[in-house]
Parts: sequence; structure tokens; C-alpha cells
Amino acid sequence: MIVRNDIAIKICMGPAGIAAGGKAVLEAFRQELSRSDIPATLQDKCSSHQVGCLGLCARDVLVKVFINGDKTIYQYVKPGMVERIVAEHIIGGTPVQEWLVDEAYENFYKKQVKVVLADVGRVDPEDINDYIRTGGYESAREMLLERSPLDVIAEIKASGLRGRGGAGFLTGLKWELARMSGEKDKYIICNADEGDPGAFMDRAVIEGNPHSVIEGMIIGAFAVGAEKGYVYIRAEYPLAVERLKSAINQAYEAGYLGKEIFRTPVNFDVKIKLGAGAFVCGEETALIASIEGERGMPRPKPPFPVNKGLWQQPTVINNVETLANIPYIIRNGCGWYASYGTESSRGTKVFALTGKIKNTGLIEVPMGIPLKDIIYDIGGGIEGGKALKAVQTGGPSGGCIPADMLDLKVDYESLSRAGSIVGSGGMIVLDEDDCMVNMAKYFIQFTQAESCGKCVPCRVGTKRLLEMLDRITKGHGKEGDIERLERMCTGIKTSSLCGLGQTAPNPVLSTLKHFREEYEAHIRDKKCPAKACKELLTYRIREDLCKGCGACLKACPSGAITGEKKKPHKIYSDICIRCGACFEVCKFNSVERE
Amino acid sequence: MQKISIDGKTIEAPRNTTILEAARMSGIYIPTLCHHPKLTPYGGCRLCIVEVKGIPKPVASCTTAVNDGMEIITFSPMLEDTRKLVLELLLSDHPNDCMTCEKAGSCPLQWLAYAYGVRGNEIGGERRVFAKKDGNPFIERELEKCILCGRCVNVCREIQGVEAIDFGYRGFNAKISTSYEDDLNCEFCGQCIAVCPTGALTGKLWARKGRPGETKEIETVCPYCGTGCNITVYVKNNEIARTSSREDSWNEGWLCVKGRFGYKFVNSPERLKKPLIRIAPKKDMENRGYGDTEKNFTHSSIHPFTVSSNFREASWDEALEFIAARLKEIKARYGPDAIAGLSSARCTNEENYLFQKLIRASVGTNNVDHCARL
Repeated sequence: MIVRNDIAIKICMGPAGIAAGGKAVLEAFRQELSRSDIPATLQDKCSSHQVGCLGLCARDVLVKVFINGDKTIYQYVKPGMVERIVAEHIIGGTPVQEWLVDEAYENFYKKQVKVVLADVGRVDPEDINDYIRTGGYESAREMLLERSPLDVIAEIKASGLRGRGGAGFLTGLKWELARMSGEKDKYIICNADEGDPGAFMDRAVIEGNPHSVIEGMIIGAFAVGAEKGYVYIRAEYPLAVERLKSAINQAYEAGYLGKEIFRTPVNFDVKIKLGAGAFVCGEETALIASIEGERGMPRPKPPFPVNKGLWQQPTVINNVETLANIPYIIRNGCGWYASYGTESSRGTKVFALTGKIKNTGLIEVPMGIPLKDIIYDIGGGIEGGKALKAVQTGGPSGGCIPADMLDLKVDYESLSRAGSIVGSGGMIVLDEDDCMVNMAKYFIQFTQAESCGKCVPCRVGTKRLLEMLDRITKGHGKEGDIERLERMCTGIKTSSLCGLGQTAPNPVLSTLKHFREEYEAHIRDKKCPAKACKELLTYRIREDLCKGCGACLKACPSGAITGEKKKPHKIYSDICIRCGACFEVCKFNSVERE
Repeated sequence: MQKISIDGKTIEAPRNTTILEAARMSGIYIPTLCHHPKLTPYGGCRLCIVEVKGIPKPVASCTTAVNDGMEIITFSPMLEDTRKLVLELLLSDHPNDCMTCEKAGSCPLQWLAYAYGVRGNEIGGERRVFAKKDGNPFIERELEKCILCGRCVNVCREIQGVEAIDFGYRGFNAKISTSYEDDLNCEFCGQCIAVCPTGALTGKLWARKGRPGETKEIETVCPYCGTGCNITVYVKNNEIARTSSREDSWNEGWLCVKGRFGYKFVNSPERLKKPLIRIAPKKDMENRGYGDTEKNFTHSSIHPFTVSSNFREASWDEALEFIAARLKEIKARYGPDAIAGLSSARCTNEENYLFQKLIRASVGTNNVDHCARL
């Protein structure tokens, strides 16, 4: 890591960093450092930068201060704290101890291995030179000048890299299939239509280090013989789009894109295509239809895109993370990459760790790491001392892994055996307060709304699934509903046209597999064991504990509570709207919820 | 040729044939709703799924090409149960008002529901409700009955080249829509009606005029132009209930707005059935306000040519003799170039040929033209 100045201040401006006020912090540093009472010599040495996601989003805004190469990291930085950091640390040389990250921060990184994220949070995403200084574009230059496309394919095949978008197809093999096609016009598409709820891996990579994706595309295009590339990115990622645009422009200026790149006969152009936010457009044939200007609806496969893709030409579609891996694999060698992970799942994988976990954020781990290492070592355990219930992986196409399977290794095969998938990398941690039926309902609601409407099982089937789950969570479940759910899920899985429909029932099937008793409790006893389904709750005041303070009476928005002062109160359940206000407000734990 | 086996029967099919086509060629029935032989395979209804040995999940036979050595199963308990589920799903979002539906009796959805024993209320749940607002004069769109098979969208794009309709919205709310959801404003060729497998698209003129089984089908040729499309006329009580065209006709079942909807003249009381000879001088007619015929066609309740005081009915012999005599008279007095002949696109090629022969050879002028050139 080369630091331009002796002092460098790097402020996390990933999505969470910005949400936590990163821009104001950066502005505060710039203002503070330009104050007239700071020695000019110091000002010259000092620079402040925005960088991509630093990972531990739960503690944003994170600020890294480098002084002569020594790194100090502050957490939860607010603009008001900047004055003291500058005065005591930058000028005075003594870090402000109480604002520094603690041991938990170190633990968060200990078991992580950063490949894709190696430079995310280090380089300024809007400055190509920062990327070049870390060795950027060297891999592309070396491949184009000294190696043949077949060498590149062989290298990627040997690394064992599998598509990080979800399906896990071998990247090298995909490139080889496209290479073998005799067609003249070929395309390479970067799929940045990240749409899983709770997933922000691709977004963080593009916002944090867009050049790694462009370099990956250059190498891929050279390997398959494509002269045109598209980045299909959702318009809901304005910052990623802006940074990608600026990165592409800089790469054109540097001669890394366009005609005769790196002064070789190779031509490669990249265009950005904005998606309008349809989840199904992440499916590759729908994505192609969308680029062609059609409604984003999947087409039957075969033909596969590598044979007949965009404009009926051979097309390679790779996910952002897959492409961002490429420069690092080339730079460090396929053997280095393959040394991480398991036999069939090589390398590392980025996950977006969210939900009821202490250290929410963006992590990169070697494939095959036990799930409990992610939850307890990296994630720091469950928030509020509650019990872990399950981990949901793979978003709406994935499933749940129950707490008793925490020794499970996180790789393609193991997760699939457990009824879930690696998917694109969403990882949502659920605790004892989360209702599994409700969670399944949430994902079905998502897939139903995002179904393109082309095939019957997905369009109508998910709607009927949703209605059934809705009924169950509202206490109107009927005997036989579980069997009906299973029949519907199997039917949708077997007969849907594309991946969206074929995987849509997974959240239901996997919760039925691991948490069947919760469904039964909802249907038979009309109870929600997690106490999350509002309609199934009853609130009652225990006369022995109630002091008659009247707090609940005041808090109740529906007038369901009556009682005289200093005498036990009573809830009328037919008026009660089950909002839980009385439960929250009672200081004597006299309100019971079940 | 690719050698495949379907349900144990060995079949040879040309390369690039789909499994569905190969099965149909050898008389094996696979149910479908969205497939149409003249349109690009769509793969949306999922009824035509079959099992192929070596492929873990069933594939849609309409979009999967045959491959040498393929072993295909079209009928198994799993496939049948999945097909039944798909039909249950379709009918759970269908009005099921076959009693009054124009399509009843010729409806593939109804046939399949019958074959699989699906009544329509097995699953239950919300149904789509659409406000009917189509003010067009020809095409009745009942979107509640639509199963989104995409045939109408594809025929409009691939055969007619109009693209008047496409899919809109997502998920359960997906529907076939015009741009900005306006009233349908297209050529009204009605090809979409011809390919619709349900009662979602029918002719407005057809309403309650007669369904299959109560109508007599009569094969004829469209009278409108020299193309001569084959049409089938459905007649009930000596009145045309509707028209269509058979897919095995030379025009492949396609018609235009005239052929499909322009049959009202047949039973019109204003239809001319005998020649008329004018009795009142032309000037008189103009004085009576019939000069601007165009205006009167649309606004007057009295048709100019049925006013008995101006015209009288005549026999063909009398009319033709009258014409011949007048032509000769004009030719003798003013010369042949005072006469011009205008023929009609509604005549056959042979008739048009004879007409120009008459004008050129008998009358002796080249002043002959045809309405299609105007």
C-alpha cells in the first residue's frame, strides 16, 4: 500500500458509511485540516479520501488514519468528533483512545480472507491512479501482451473459480464454451442487477473498487474474443452507476478500453445499461431481453447465452464478484486462489451479513468456513443476548439453516445438501423472535411481486402460496395446509420456466423441513411460537403483578384497557388491536403475551 | 434425422424439430395452451412438460429440440399431477362462466379442465378484476379470462407486424395491455382472437349469436378482394354468427378486418339484391338533398338508393340491355373515349380480366382502371 502523503485519512463511503453520515465526516475533516491555525507543512502532508465499504457497517462511520504507514481506525465517527481527532491525533500524534475500534473489530477481520475486497476500502474508487498504484490493470496488460486467450482460460479453469451470482457454474468453462464458438461478434456482460433483499456485495465492490470489475471484463473479453461489453446495473444504485461511469471514462482515457487497448490489436468497448429494478432481470435470458430493449422476460434455455445470447450472438454473462476476482487470480496465480476453499468450491466468497447479528456488514471468507465461525467469530454473535434460530442464505431463492447445524461448512455442496444455497451471498441471521412462517411469507411476497408473469406456476402459484401463508400467519390455517403447501411448492419447482420460479418455493420448503412444528403451531394451535405474528397474539394483564399504575391504559391506542387507579387493569381482547404498546410500557412485567 | 423414443415408441425427426412437434407428427398427444404452430414457441403455460432421460427436471416440449438418442416420457403420474396443478392454478384465477362464454365448446382451456377433472374452485384465492373500458367496435377483451399465454402478443408482432399489445405489470398483476392502457386502437384484424385459446378475446359482433354445435359451418371465399382468403362462416337461423378461417387453408387461417368482421352486409335489409334503374332525373335527387351521398350514408336514416321514387327494380336482362344500349349510344355520339370503366377489387382476377377486355375490345378505349389503384 503506497500512501501518497505521510498522513492519509480514509473515510468509509460505502452505502452504509454514507447512510451513517460519511459525507459530513469527510467534509468536516477537509474543513478542519484547512484551518489557518494548522501548520502549512502539515497540511501539505495530509490528505483525506473517500473509500469503499470497510466491512463492519454496524460501526459506521469508520475512519482509517494512516500516519507514516501506521494504521489507526476510529468507529462511530460523527462530524463533531473530527475537531478532537485532528487536534490530538493528526497534530498531537496521540490517538483518541476512547473512539478507537476495539477487539471486536479485530475479531471481525481475523477469519476473513480478502481477495475481491482486498482493495475495497483502500483505494479511492474515483481515482484510477490509486488502483494502478496497487498493481491494478497489470494483470490485464500482462495477459494481452504476453499470453494467449487460451492461457487465460486455462488459468481461470485451474483456479476453480465458480460463478458468484448464484448458480456456481465454472467461469473458465463458460469462457471456453464462448471461445469455441465460431461467431465473429461476441459479447461479455457484467451482471450487476443485484436484487436479493439484504444483499449488497456487488454494490460494495462497484462502489469501492469499480476498476477491478472493468479489468476483469477486459481479461474476460480477451479470453472469449468479445469486442463489446455491457454492465447491466440497476438504476437504484446511483452511486455505483456514477462511480462506474467515471471509472469507465478514466479507463478509456488511459487506453485500457476502446480501440487497440494496451497498444495491442485488441479492441474492447464497455457500455452501461441501466436496469429498471426488475428482480427477474438478474436472470440471464431476461437480462439479455432487457438489453435488447424488450420486456425483461426469461426465454427458454437451451439455447444458452454462450451459444445464442445478446442479439443471438455468443454471450458470456458474469457476476460482478466473479469478474472482480479475475485480476487478483491472474496477479497471484491460480494456485494461490485454489489454495483457499474446498475441493469443489475454491477461493473466497463475499457475504452480506445482516439481521440479528452484532457485526452486520460485508465479509469475505474462504469457502468451506464453518457457519459458526461466521456467526460467532466474525459476526460477534447475536444481538441482545438472544438465541440464534437460523441463518437464511441465498435470498429469495435460498433456504434456512437451523441453529443446530452451525457446524455446516459454507460451500456450494454443503449448503445445497442442507436445503439452501450459497446464492449471490445474502446471509440473514434470525433469532428467537423471528417467525419462520412469516419469514417464508416475506420471501414469497417478494418473488410474487417480482415474477415476470410469463409462466403459470410462478405467476399464479406463488400468489396462491402467499395467500396460504398469509392465512396461516393470521390464524386461519386449515388442516391439510402443510400438504397443500408442499404440493404447490413441488409443482412450482418442477414446472416453472426460469430460475426465479424454480427456486421461489425454497424458503417455504426449507422452513417446512427444519421448522415444521412452527407451521403446525400456527395451523393447529393458532399460536406463533416466536410471538411475531400479530394476529395470533393475546395480551393479558396478570392481576397479581399489576399495580394499577395506568401506564398501559394511557398507552393503549384502541381503548381496550380499563381499570381503576391502584387496582388491577384488564384488557378486552375483542377491542385489542395487538399492537403491543401495553407490553412495552409496563414496568412490572404484568402484561403477558402469548 | 434424429432418432428418438417417445413413450417407448421410436421416432425419426429432423434436426431442430421440437419434442412437441415430433410427438404431434407421430400422433402422440401432449397438452398445451400457449403453443401455436405458426408462432415462436413461448413456453409459458408449462402444460407440455415432459421427462427426458438424463435431465433432472422436466422440460417444456415446445421449446426443447430433439436430440439423437433422447428418451422422452410424456405421461407419468408426476407429469399428470403437475399438469393438473397448473390447470387448477389457471382456473383459480378464471371467471369460470362457461355458461355465457362465447368460447365454450371451442375452448382448449375448457377441454383440458374437462380432461383433467378440474372444476375450477379447488384452490380458491383472489381473482384479477379489470374494469372494462374498451370502446373499440370489433374486439371484446375480457382480461379476467386471459391466461397470459402470449399468443395474441406474438401474432400481433410476428404475423401482423403491428405490436398493438404487449405484457404489462409484474407478478399476479401482469396483464396484456395496449400502450398507456388506452382503448385498443389497431387494425382490428382480429388475428389475436383467432389464436386466443380462451374467451378472453372474441368479436363484439359475435356476442350471443351462436356457439359451436348450434351453428352450421360453411366454407367460402372472402368476397372483399382478389386475394380470395378462405373463410368459414358460422350460420345460425340463416344468419351469420361469426366468421373464421381454417389453419389448413392457403391463407393459413389469417384474415383482415374486412374478412373477419365485414359480413354484416349479408343480412342487411339495405343490401341490393336486384339491379336498380334510375327513374328520376339526377337533378331531382340533388334537389332532394341526396347529392352529398357520403353525408347521407352516415347521417340520414333513408338510404339514397332505396328511395323508390328515384329507382325501380329491374331484371338482370333488362338492366344489362339498358347498359349496353346506353354505352352504344354514348360511343356513337361522343366516341369511345367518352367512356371509362372502373373495376373492383372485390372481383376475381378472371372477372377483372374480362372487364378490361370488354372496355378495351368492345367499347374501344383504354380508359380502364381499378379501385385498388385509387
